[in-house]
Amino acid sequence: MSALLRGPLAVDPLFLGGIDWTVFLIVVVKTIVVFALLLLSVLFYIWFLRKVIADMQNRVGPNNAGKFGILQTLADGIKLFFKEQSIPDGAEKPIFRLAPYLALIPAFIAFSIVPIGGVVTVAGHVTYVQLVDVPIGILVLLAMSGVGLYGVMLAGWSSGSKYPLLGSVRASAQLLSYEAAFGLSILAVLIQSGTLSTRAIVQHQVWSGGVVAGAQWHGWSTLGQWFIVATPIAFVIFLVSAIAETNHPPFDLVEAEQELVGGFLTEYTGIRFAIFFLAEFMNVITMSAIAVTLFLGGPAGPGLGFLARNGWVNAWIVPVFWFMAKLLLLLFGTVWIRASVPRLRYDQLMNFGWKYLIELAFLWLMVTAVIRVADDQQWDFVNGNRGLTIFVVTVAAGVGAALVYGVLMLCIPRGDELASIEEWD
Amino acid sequence: MTDPTLSGPGSRALEGSPEQIAGELRLERQTDEGAQELRRTKEVVLAGGPWPELDDQDSTMLINMGPQHPSTHGVLRIMLELDSEVVIQAKPVVGYLHTGMEKTGEELTYVQGATNVTRMDYASPLSNELVFSLAVENLLGVEVPPRAMWMRMMLVELNRISSHLLFQATNGMDLGAVSMMLYGWREREEVLRFLERVTGLRMNHNFIRPGGLAADLTDGWQEDVLNVCDLVEEGVQDYDDLLSGNPIWLERTVGIGKITTEQALALGATGPILRSTGFAWDLRKSQPYLPYDEVDFDVIYTTNGDVFDRYRIRLYEILESVKIVRQCVDRMPLGDYRVQDLKVTPPPRARIDESMEALIHHFKLFTEGFKVPPGETYVAVESPRGEIGCYLVSDGSGKPVRLHIRGPSFYNLQSMAPMMEGSMVADGVAIISSVDPIMGEVDR
Repeated sequence: MSALLRGPLAVDPLFLGGIDWTVFLIVVVKTIVVFALLLLSVLFYIWFLRKVIADMQNRVGPNNAGKFGILQTLADGIKLFFKEQSIPDGAEKPIFRLAPYLALIPAFIAFSIVPIGGVVTVAGHVTYVQLVDVPIGILVLLAMSGVGLYGVMLAGWSSGSKYPLLGSVRASAQLLSYEAAFGLSILAVLIQSGTLSTRAIVQHQVWSGGVVAGAQWHGWSTLGQWFIVATPIAFVIFLVSAIAETNHPPFDLVEAEQELVGGFLTEYTGIRFAIFFLAEFMNVITMSAIAVTLFLGGPAGPGLGFLARNGWVNAWIVPVFWFMAKLLLLLFGTVWIRASVPRLRYDQLMNFGWKYLIELAFLWLMVTAVIRVADDQQWDFVNGNRGLTIFVVTVAAGVGAALVYGVLMLCIPRGDELASIEEWD
Repeated sequence: MTDPTLSGPGSRALEGSPEQIAGELRLERQTDEGAQELRRTKEVVLAGGPWPELDDQDSTMLINMGPQHPSTHGVLRIMLELDSEVVIQAKPVVGYLHTGMEKTGEELTYVQGATNVTRMDYASPLSNELVFSLAVENLLGVEVPPRAMWMRMMLVELNRISSHLLFQATNGMDLGAVSMMLYGWREREEVLRFLERVTGLRMNHNFIRPGGLAADLTDGWQEDVLNVCDLVEEGVQDYDDLLSGNPIWLERTVGIGKITTEQALALGATGPILRSTGFAWDLRKSQPYLPYDEVDFDVIYTTNGDVFDRYRIRLYEILESVKIVRQCVDRMPLGDYRVQDLKVTPPPRARIDESMEALIHHFKLFTEGFKVPPGETYVAVESPRGEIGCYLVSDGSGKPVRLHIRGPSFYNLQSMAPMMEGSMVADGVAIISSVDPIMGEVDR
């Protein structure tokens, strides 16, 4: 049984009946709505972050602009927009101007693959509540986070100043290192789902026997199919490396204020500065949304049973509500982390990434692969019982991986050994 | 009384005097293999000239940390020679907050002097006032009444608490634990609120003056102090829970910025830096000045000499200070809060309306001040940062001929360079923070 057959192919049903003006308009409207939604969620997230952190730190937080200070971010944005922008004399001016957009545009594009809701009917056309469901799905995310790195790196390099240079050196090393663990943790999910399409990954998590048209209605019974249950360690690795990818504390070394003044942002002023921050917070939201998609069932969740299954409430509102609720939970987690931990040092960050996280991700990937193969090949060598065989294979693979990990950890040179190796060089 | 010896009032040698140990260590150092190394670091630290032997190759980078930098605690400037992020050499440069307070002090009367010195170490102003007042009283030969002594001790200990809380706050912030900053300030604010109630000002109190204090304690001060003590103890428990066991915190602080007793002594470092190397030197014990020999408290010291130890020492010193403050509340004697010497102490406000002599005294005291017998003195007390000393020379007039403050931050800064060499930039920030310099005191 191939996993590919479980869900529909990754094509938005909108395009199945040919493309006319209505379809074109729907796509335009979707683009604008997703764009606006992302901007608004950044506004909301920054306010949420400041309020929650303020509460954790015995402060009031923003409370002047708008009700509960909710317009504070908007006010900050307007202020930054009208500020003078300065470019240092030593800067590489074209690249200095280009860098903020290299950070911003990938951040926007990455969000387009996130399934926000279920399947709806608009003006006679059936479509997904998702900007685009590309067949290569999750690879878009990896590509965009790779391109986004250029924004940070070039910003620091083109500033013609020392602190930004240190910041961008840190950025390139950090983002490249954690990209590996990040990709491996995603691979564990891809092995489970057998597809790259984000929509299909979500459907795989809510699949309940028949072909499900959308994600909107099902009971609690599919909760166990969320990939957080199937690959919990991949979820943890994903969260850790996503925090590192988004330069979020405790991995915010790139702009570590107490060490590098502002890191790659030091020489930026006005709207360019704001664009970097916009991109950074967008990345946090996108990464959380991807985590929801990959591990927490995306927009899936129990609907309102007393209403019609395909009525507008269960089709439009409920999936979006579940998506937002899960997203908010993860965002709260990031804020909580931000408020409570000190910052790692640069070499400790690299150590953690290369010596612990990547090994763990790789071994977990192999364990997942073994289980997957046992399932696909219908192994039944233990008493001819498939369930028991998979259990035995799982335990064996897990113990084997733990042993290999233990041996690897013992082989890592540390402290004095490392110093002697360096001297020997 | 013109006592030119280098002892504080009521000084006495403890058994197994740390000075002897220090002498032995200095002798040891001269024959030590590490002495060469130490001399080199001393040159780096103390040389005022250009940067020594810069590598011409492109492998290293010279970078200025400060004077405008978020974590250099004001306007400290550190020149760093970096190999990628590893510090090869560090050189602290001071002078960006030069105020000429010592010179100004020679133009001010002894009455005005406390206002001047209180602005030096602005995180623990009462220590400055105390050391200045003790020096003046030493030259005058007056003995302040017991209540004034105990009040001084309580206020200085409260000030030590607020200063160490400020350290906890900024230390957390420098290592990225931003919540710690606000928790530290939360409790510090309670202490400052009490000090404000008593002295009228949050900082720069000008409350401890030659001859006693400016005023008596306010009504109901016992409850206020005990309340503050409870809050501070709760706070310290919180910081301990938040940071002391945090793996990231331990990674960032344990074994970072190490310094040995020999280095610390050779560079003149005192206070928590010296105590973190296993040398339990605290002037409150070794040369008791106020009734410190009558209260029960411990000198906290550790043996690793790293950033974590300096954090831990200050954390536990807060609790020791709370202990002293509680004893002060219990045992505060009744009596006068200043010496009843009409030549030194201004008359009460009510007397001025009744008595011509009182008016004349008041006028003379606040225009030309009181005369101090000729002589010189050096008095040292334990400020939160280490030994703060006041060297005072009088020629018999109403103003000092020479006022010199030995600011502990200035000497502690010297120990920063050997700590930083070989560490990373992020460690450098942790080290600056753990030295806890107050630049106002460095550039007097």
